[in-house]
Amino acid sequence: MGFLEYAPSPESTAILHLKKSYGLFIDGEFRKGHGKAFVTISPSTEERIADIANASEADVDAAVKAARRAYERTWSKLSGADRGKYLFRIARLVQERARELAVAESLDNGKPIKESRDVDVPLVAAWFFYYAGWADKLDYAGLGPAPASLGVAAQVIPWNFPLLMLAWKIAPALAAGNTVVIKPAETTPLSALIFAEILQQAELPPGVVNIITGAGDTGSALVNHPDVNKVAFTGSTEVGRLIAKSTAGSGKKLTLELGGKAANIVFDDAPIEEAIEGIVNGIFFNQGHVCCAGSRLLVQENVHDEVVDRLKTRLSTLRLGDPLDKNTDIGAINSRAQLDRIRELSDIGESEGADRWTAECVIPDKGFWFAPTIFTNVEASHRIAREEIFGPVLSVLTFRTPAEAVAKANNTPYGLSAGIWTDKGSKILAVADQLRAGVVWANTFNRFDPSSPFGGYKESGYGREGGRHGLAAYLQSSGWGAKR
Amino acid sequence: MSHLAVPKTYKLYVGGAFARSESGRTYEVLSRKGAFLANAALASRKDARDAVVAARAALAGWSAASGYNRGQVLYRIAELLEGRRNQFIDEVVSTEGATKAAAGKQVDTAIDAWVWYAGWADKYVQVAGNGNPVAGPYFNISTPESTGVVAIVAPQASASLLGLVSVLAPVIVSGNTAVVIANQSAPLTAISLGEVLATSDVPAGVANILTGSPAEIAPWLAAHADVNGLDLAGAGGLDWVALMVSAAETLKRVLAPEEGIPAPSLERIVAFTETKTVWHTKSLR
Repeated sequence: MGFLEYAPSPESTAILHLKKSYGLFIDGEFRKGHGKAFVTISPSTEERIADIANASEADVDAAVKAARRAYERTWSKLSGADRGKYLFRIARLVQERARELAVAESLDNGKPIKESRDVDVPLVAAWFFYYAGWADKLDYAGLGPAPASLGVAAQVIPWNFPLLMLAWKIAPALAAGNTVVIKPAETTPLSALIFAEILQQAELPPGVVNIITGAGDTGSALVNHPDVNKVAFTGSTEVGRLIAKSTAGSGKKLTLELGGKAANIVFDDAPIEEAIEGIVNGIFFNQGHVCCAGSRLLVQENVHDEVVDRLKTRLSTLRLGDPLDKNTDIGAINSRAQLDRIRELSDIGESEGADRWTAECVIPDKGFWFAPTIFTNVEASHRIAREEIFGPVLSVLTFRTPAEAVAKANNTPYGLSAGIWTDKGSKILAVADQLRAGVVWANTFNRFDPSSPFGGYKESGYGREGGRHGLAAYLQSSGWGAKR
Repeated sequence: MSHLAVPKTYKLYVGGAFARSESGRTYEVLSRKGAFLANAALASRKDARDAVVAARAALAGWSAASGYNRGQVLYRIAELLEGRRNQFIDEVVSTEGATKAAAGKQVDTAIDAWVWYAGWADKYVQVAGNGNPVAGPYFNISTPESTGVVAIVAPQASASLLGLVSVLAPVIVSGNTAVVIANQSAPLTAISLGEVLATSDVPAGVANILTGSPAEIAPWLAAHADVNGLDLAGAGGLDWVALMVSAAETLKRVLAPEEGIPAPSLERIVAFTETKTVWHTKSLR
């Protein structure tokens, strides 16, 4: 056994108490769906985890009606302090059941347990804890005195951070006094359904949060339901565009957190060890299934070879395999469809002339896997430099001057995030000023915090999640800053 | 001795220059009683696109100017507007049929709006941004900055000068550049305001003013891929939902139509800004 080989150390699934099938969580209880049920599988083994109900249009309507009733009869009449106390309860219950949630998340999503355990689930608890405290302090949110809730919020979330995205959506919505109908992604419903049990334990009034499972047509029925007041979507720019069109003129308040093609800029005076770790974390965190992933590495030309060599060395030490193994760095790709897309774009990268390098690792027989891959000699016109791959694939480009780095970084319709690596503080601030991106990480990457606003410029969407700004997405200002 | 009046030729204001429409078209501007006042330029699709090019070109400089600088420029607009107060009153009276007193009030309110917004240039960032107490060794700050090029349909119903100022000032104060479609039936104050802008240190291309038909030009601006924001304040009479749908193609930030003249507000400024959050590590190493 070499020094990099470890004995398997799998997290036990005995902590889970899964049902064979899950219904829709509407009005505080699980009920049957009227669409054709589907199966959620583990992407690392392709084995069935559970049968999941599929919400039909009538089910969507029932969920919205339950949310409306709960809004009018219960939730909007509750004091902010009491709304906050429910959210605090939820935060604590998430902490209590953290390991169970992490195991479920890794099982259903394919992400390494070290990430679901140390990143996703702790942030979920932190998100509820943060917004719980806002519920009785909305007067201080900078939106004028007593800003009003909107009503029923329709929320559609992606599969890359299933429970974390749920927390990003539900916590501010409830703190602001709205009720919620949320649809988890088709391939990752499991943690949301366990979360529904947590809501029951928290004795959250029925209908305040409704969780409906299904595919795109369920999501479409939800966001286009005439009785929702707010739509929040995280997902692809393509679907975001459709939602922006279908909700135009409806009066529904809309926030969109969409795709990205972030530049991670490495200057020749960067702290090289930290930068290498940051690049790896930037694109290989969560198998690259991250909208803000640092998928375009812009390296100053004179350090290109050194950075790429070090990256290859580092990537050769990453362990790919069982997501539940505590030693795993790279888990499974979430679905066959996503794996196909990553393969397709990577093949296009090769055929367009970029040089492909893939870390040597043993790919398990079953499941969906893609070894960490780097493309060098990438040109700005290549599709792998322009399109979101949403996988563990890094495109490396070079630049000579800071101005060129900024121009290349901004040369994209997206504008979600960016990274800067240099030891020179003034250069960081000047470059950060010029980057057209909603989140700029300097000498770090992929950091998230409930107090820190997150969201995009340009075609990465609009609105912010997190912090005081995240509340504004769920409140009607009472004349904020109007001339008096 | 009598003096034969010298009437002004009203043109478009694009890229800091006064130009006729490339289409060569004009339309008659009439008083409320139907008397001929002027031939205004009837802007075309190409004029709109030229205006977007000028606005994009001006963006880098204007958005990078300090808030203090932009504030002084906006205040300078108020100064020059004050100096031309009587001219604007005459134009409002002739095009809108307002009484002299009402016209005076409109011009004064417009001047005060420039002063009010000028003061925000170096403050909105503080009020709409904040430092964030993240749980970890990081410095973390969120600040708003301008969105980019914003296309505006100015209020069409009344108060042509105040309507234009009430939508233009909040857009440019944060560093955006603008393409505005003026009040169609009362466009003279808009072009005269262009003369004020041209002589008050507003860099060429920061504010571009088109006269003509909003119904004709707005769809091209709503669909233009190099426009980042769309203020439909005065588009209530148009098929504004179609404009929103068109704007969604490039996920533009959109403000819906409003009744009357939008009140001065910080919300209008923030509507066309983007919040940027910058993280940096803290370490003694």
